[in-house]
Amino acid sequence: MSLQIVGTGNRERGTEAPRSVGSQFPVPDSRHPGNIQAKDFSFWYGPKQALYDVSITIPARAVTAFIGPSGCGKSTFLRSINRLQGLIPGARQTGAIELDGENIYSASLNPVSLRQRVGMVFQRWNPFPKSIYDNVAYGPRINGTASRSKIDEIVEQSLRRAALWDEVKDRLRQSALGLSGGQQQRLCIARALANEPEVLLLDEPASALDPIATQKIEELLYELRSELTIVIVTHNMQQAARVSDYTAFFYLGRLVEVNNTGQLFTTPREERTEAYITGRFG
Amino acid sequence: MVSEAARPVVTTRPDDTGLGARIDGSAIGDSIYRWMTTAFALGIPILLLFIAIEIGAAAWPALKAFGFGFLTSSDWDPPHNIFGAAPAIYGTIVSSFIALLIATPLALGVAIFLSEFAPSWLRQPVAFLVDLLAAIPSVVYGLWGIFVLQPLLRDHVMPLLSAIPLLGQTPLFEGPAYGPSMLSAGLILAIMVLPFISAVSREVLMAVPRSQREAALALGATKWEMISDAVVPYARSGIIGGIILGLGRALGETMAVTMLIGNVHKISASLLAPGYTMASLIANEFAEATGDLHLSALMAVGAVLFVVTLIVNGLARWLVWRVSREGQS
Ligand SMILES: Nc1ncnc2c1ncn2[C@@H]1O[C@H](COP(=O)(O)OP(=O)(O)OP(=O)(O)O)[C@@H](O)[C@H]1O
Ligand SMILES: [Mg+2]
Repeated sequence: MSLQIVGTGNRERGTEAPRSVGSQFPVPDSRHPGNIQAKDFSFWYGPKQALYDVSITIPARAVTAFIGPSGCGKSTFLRSINRLQGLIPGARQTGAIELDGENIYSASLNPVSLRQRVGMVFQRWNPFPKSIYDNVAYGPRINGTASRSKIDEIVEQSLRRAALWDEVKDRLRQSALGLSGGQQQRLCIARALANEPEVLLLDEPASALDPIATQKIEELLYELRSELTIVIVTHNMQQAARVSDYTAFFYLGRLVEVNNTGQLFTTPREERTEAYITGRFG
Repeated sequence: MVSEAARPVVTTRPDDTGLGARIDGSAIGDSIYRWMTTAFALGIPILLLFIAIEIGAAAWPALKAFGFGFLTSSDWDPPHNIFGAAPAIYGTIVSSFIALLIATPLALGVAIFLSEFAPSWLRQPVAFLVDLLAAIPSVVYGLWGIFVLQPLLRDHVMPLLSAIPLLGQTPLFEGPAYGPSMLSAGLILAIMVLPFISAVSREVLMAVPRSQREAALALGATKWEMISDAVVPYARSGIIGGIILGLGRALGETMAVTMLIGNVHKISASLLAPGYTMASLIANEFAEATGDLHLSALMAVGAVLFVVTLIVNGLARWLVWRVSREGQS
């Protein structure tokens, strides 16, 4: 089942600008900000270890997908990239995650400003019970953009980037909760984009959506990858194959394999990866 | 075949012979249950109606004798059969207002501390102690007010209030400080309603979904921004519900207020001056009321208290409805 889906991958779409995926292994793209490098990163919930020595390069201007069976630590690692997981009582970590060479766990780095640079979209869309406009404007407002016209501009631009503008431009002042699930999820993406982040983390962003809404999100990610680093957790291997440039396979808290998506799905190096993508477990 | 198709539940379990009987039995149970709950549900409004009619009938002579003046006049002179309830109405509203003004920020502070900041070992004990405030009998509050709160207010707080530039010069803090006053009644009420507001607020704050908190944090909100922009607004209508609950308590509270407010039939702008409340008036005079009109006047005060409570609750409920709708519209 997994082998023929690779053929429908994003490299077939004609509109794509030439991309320099030179190596099949992910390497930092030094021309752009938003390169992530984890070095022997381990994570514990109290006494329970959830991640073991994860080392991975997540290049800027590309989509990297995390796949793996439930409970293998995908979300834990994703949420470690914006230090959200560290807020859980009893959580601790060792090793480093570097964003453009700076360890995000160093004492001098303020997690609040980190989260302005690393946006996040959750599995279950979570707009505030406010207007569409106020949802998107929230990030710029708390991060110090005061001018109204500037915020107007950011709101429009972010909604356009999230491919939602045409659907909501006449109802910006209405509650975000009146939108459909797929629209609300794209609103959450717009809200994250309004901060102009370098990195966008998405934790199973389409797993609760119908196929059409899912397709819209996937197209959106495809558009956005030329602008920022995208990391997406997904249970859906077709989705990983469709949207991602690189795929990382996690198993039992370890990073088993990371590779160019086409390579990983056609010629996995590890037996466990092959077992997973051919559906023999997980 | 037709009957089988009509009862697919039975056909899927052909060997379960008790099933048909069980369905019939539960249908009877259902209807008994429905009638009983309907009767109880109807019973409450009917009871309320009877109370209203009863009070209204008893209050009628006084209301007829004094008309609208009963609400606006400050003369309360039982020997001459002259009754006007304005000071008591004013006192009830003002003392409750003071109570909410003081209790709401405190209770919210306690609730936010407990739900957001307190380490878990501290949360339970502090919550328990605050809840315990609600269990103290009202007369004990009154005694504490007379022996501790009032001397403290009279000797230290009231002179200080009068000495504040500008604010001290306003009619609000005018006149000598005796002790029994609108301020001390309002304060004791504040302490008494605080546990209600804080308990409800704490519950609704803790019920705010983690996804809302994470949404704010992930956008670069500080903890304070998360609380003020995501958590509190989400819990807003619940918090207002808690405030209404406190208000209901404050409006009807009798014993502690009677012991502290001074029981004087006079409207004073100054919070340092004594006053009266409707509940205190009834409690103080009911036993000694001999004249028919006096009794009727007290019943009329009860009727007004009833109506004021209804109006205030209605207003507050409308507010909750407005506020909770705001998020959706
Ligand atoms: N808040 C938490 N407290 C304690 N343990 C946790 C917590 N969150 C996750 N875990 C544990 O850490 C491990 C990894 O969980 P994680 O949520 O990262 O897995 P996942 O790969 O995202 O799974 P899924 O695909 O089901 O979302 C699991 O064993 C889980 O039980
Ligand atoms: Mg997960």
